[in-house]
Amino acid sequence: MLHIVNKSPYERNALESCLRLAQPGSALLLIEDGVYAATRGNAAEARLKDAMARLKVYALKADLEARGVAGRVMDGIELVDYGGFVDLACGQPNCQSWL
Amino acid sequence: MSDAEQQGEEGAGIIKKFMFVNRKAPYGTIYALEGLEVVLISAAFDQDVSLAFVDDGVYQLLKGQQTKGIESKNFSPAYRALEGYDIEKLYVEREALEARGLAEEDLLVDVQVMSSAELAELMAAQDVVIGF
Repeated sequence: MLHIVNKSPYERNALESCLRLAQPGSALLLIEDGVYAATRGNAAEARLKDAMARLKVYALKADLEARGVAGRVMDGIELVDYGGFVDLACGQPNCQSWL
Repeated sequence: MSDAEQQGEEGAGIIKKFMFVNRKAPYGTIYALEGLEVVLISAAFDQDVSLAFVDDGVYQLLKGQQTKGIESKNFSPAYRALEGYDIEKLYVEREALEARGLAEEDLLVDVQVMSSAELAELMAAQDVVIGF
């Protein structure tokens, strides 16, 4: 399963719900305002770090750059471009958007 | 009679204290950009305008925004242009910055960083508060 989160962790509980319900071995892609969760020192940092032991976490580079946070990404998160987004979607049996 | 009322009689119009409270991150929703448009419009009416940035609104002011990859307009330089419209009162909530791992030097424009309590007092002193 590819889990896609596009909401700020401060504004909605989408990431929280996703992390609670994502099974080990799944992939998580942070896009749009969801990328703020990938930055060092954010409120969800500890929870995301815990989750990275069981999930592979990605963030969309263009969305990080747009928001001025491309230089603040936590270690262990892989950055992808739009092509990488497609590869992730195709590489998983299914995907879920946590709107 | 207050100063504002006297000015009104002279035809210069009543000056009210307007505060725009920005609470949303840029790009993910249209709020930040629309809020900025309204602020610029308000400048045309010679009002006492201030901007507050709280919650995810502080992300609007982050340095280094590069929006080419998402094909959206990068409107962050406009915050630096506010000074030219005599909008110089920009307040940022310290708690909001800290919760996001950010500091004043990460922001692209001069602001006054203040505590929630200080900001609350400023809000209470406004005639009109408009949130985005």
